[in-house]
Amino acid sequence: MLEINAVSRSFGDFVALNNVSLHIQAGEFFTLLGPSGCGKTTLLRLIAGFDQADSGQILLDGKPLCALPPEKRPVHTVFQSYALFPHMTVAENIAFPLRMAKMSKAEIAHRVTEVLNDVRLPDKAKHYPDALSGGQKQRIAIARALVNRPRLLLLDEPLSALDAKLREQMQIELINLQKEVGITFVYVTHDQGEALALSHRIAVMNKGEISQIDEPSVLYSYPDNRFVADFIGQCNILDAKVLSGNEQKVNIAIAGLGEIAATANPEITFKSGDNCALTLRPEKIRLAASLEAEPDEALFSGKVHDMLYLGDVTVYIIELANGVLIEAMLANDAPGRTRLFDTGDAVQIAWRIDAGHLVP
Amino acid sequence: MRYRLPGASTPATWFHKPVQTLINRAERLRNNLMALPPGLYLLLFFAAPSLMMLFASFRYPGEYGGLAPWYYVEDEQFSLDFTLENWLRLFESSIYLGLLFKSLGYALLTTLICTLMAYPLALMIARSNKRFRDLLLLLVILPFWSNFLVRIYAWMIIFSPQGALTIGLNHVTAALGIEPISLMFSSTAVITCLVYVHLPFMILPLYANLEKHDSRLLDAAQDLGANRFQCFWLITWPQSLPGIYAGAILVFIPSLGIFAIPDLLGGTNGIMIGNVIKQQFVESRDWPFGSVLSLVLTGITLLLVLLAAKLGRTAGTDNGK
Repeated sequence: MLEINAVSRSFGDFVALNNVSLHIQAGEFFTLLGPSGCGKTTLLRLIAGFDQADSGQILLDGKPLCALPPEKRPVHTVFQSYALFPHMTVAENIAFPLRMAKMSKAEIAHRVTEVLNDVRLPDKAKHYPDALSGGQKQRIAIARALVNRPRLLLLDEPLSALDAKLREQMQIELINLQKEVGITFVYVTHDQGEALALSHRIAVMNKGEISQIDEPSVLYSYPDNRFVADFIGQCNILDAKVLSGNEQKVNIAIAGLGEIAATANPEITFKSGDNCALTLRPEKIRLAASLEAEPDEALFSGKVHDMLYLGDVTVYIIELANGVLIEAMLANDAPGRTRLFDTGDAVQIAWRIDAGHLVP
Repeated sequence: MRYRLPGASTPATWFHKPVQTLINRAERLRNNLMALPPGLYLLLFFAAPSLMMLFASFRYPGEYGGLAPWYYVEDEQFSLDFTLENWLRLFESSIYLGLLFKSLGYALLTTLICTLMAYPLALMIARSNKRFRDLLLLLVILPFWSNFLVRIYAWMIIFSPQGALTIGLNHVTAALGIEPISLMFSSTAVITCLVYVHLPFMILPLYANLEKHDSRLLDAAQDLGANRFQCFWLITWPQSLPGIYAGAILVFIPSLGIFAIPDLLGGTNGIMIGNVIKQQFVESRDWPFGSVLSLVLTGITLLLVLLAAKLGRTAGTDNGK
């Protein structure tokens, strides 16, 4: 439905977007994820029409958008600052896009009531934005952007101003709202947890380029490169060299740890001598005082270097024989006040050879 | 605000209540004391002079200016000497009330023209690059660096019959076959100069207001389908109303009571109420009647300011401020 073809945009020497292409399907909840300065907001502004691309094309339903000013595009934005009009009531704010579309008074009243019910704030119609809480302002901003039923809704870090509890609640509401209205959402965030929780698909961006576009679970388990592995969730990244390998299995050497086997990445054929990295999620690592290696497991000894107690889990940073630090995670699910290890304790860790994912 | 006392968390410490009461009282006293200096100022420089004027307005003028004594003693009999004459004189002929309305008209017109001229300028300064803003504001207040009267004399030169402006204009009128015009000593000259003198007082509060506007609101409005005109009329304009009211008060009040400009540029046609008041006190030596005129002017001004303040406040709450 929305096609972005080879779009580039520079500000002076700074390349904000470099040859970015992506396709967004109708009805999709699509997220642009990346650190600040990665170009995600620039891309959003291009779609909304607040900025023009240096080169490339943006098509909506097959028609180019570039010639249309923002007010003529069937695209609405939910701003990070909410941007509610302070001199208008909630109802007047929501009615604004309908007035601009020259809808009849009766139709406007009907739609405003309807959308206020959708966001579960029917009694706030006559309030001014200043009298609302952060979460309520957010819902009104979304209601205002949705009321005119745009083809595309752009959301620019809409939850970043809310506290953690409220953010989670709003995430669930957003998912349900998107399902209900069926409008395509393009969501911009730097919060990987939010992106994983909300999206159908995520485009991870870095330095003006797209690193990977995939579903959240694929992105998490099978990152295409070190940046994606590192940016999304916690990840151990072990530098290695390819020794030998076939379609199923690759033998790699990790400096100081020796030779281990890993499952091949079906996308990439590694030749012996190639540099690669094994990405390994902390929760995939077994950790105990002493372990018996299963047939297809790699096993190492080390000692606890640091630990972070997080309540539900404890993260242990294990120092291996060669000085490499590996993060492992244990659920604190044993009864009572158990404390499994202390800093300096000798432990063993093990992981299945298909637990990690090889990236170039 | 209530202070948290040590031990306030433990229930009902015996000293808690009386101490809290003391603190509340001290706080109230402090708040009242804070209002004292401005109250004193108003009393000394507004209420007291006004009461003196009111007192004077019921007395007879002195023989050589000033006021006649407000009592006399005759045959050891003490009598007050007050009169309503001065107030009645206000209504005896239409001259004074007419002049008052004319002055109101001038001041209103000045305010209107100042608003129309100041708005685009203030908007331009507020939206210009931060680096140039201070310079542009400096240019706005630059005229204050030279004396008020000197600037009015400059306008006398501009408007004079031998001035380039008048000569140039009369070349045009001659070409069109209209009678030659004279700019000097006319209401046009008075209003032009009133606008010139008061323009910065409209620009500055308007700028202070516009500068605070959130430009992201305009992005949002455009995003939701508003064109440039609608963005201005529905978003910028309503939010700028408190700035306009503030500027209007600052322009309207001084231009209503001014006498120097009509004195120098108005001739007989451009005379305003301020001139008559000055005349009563200086040339006619009729202080009581001058007091009457002053009080009427002050009264009307106060009413209008209250009205503007009320409008400004409503617009202010609409703004959510």
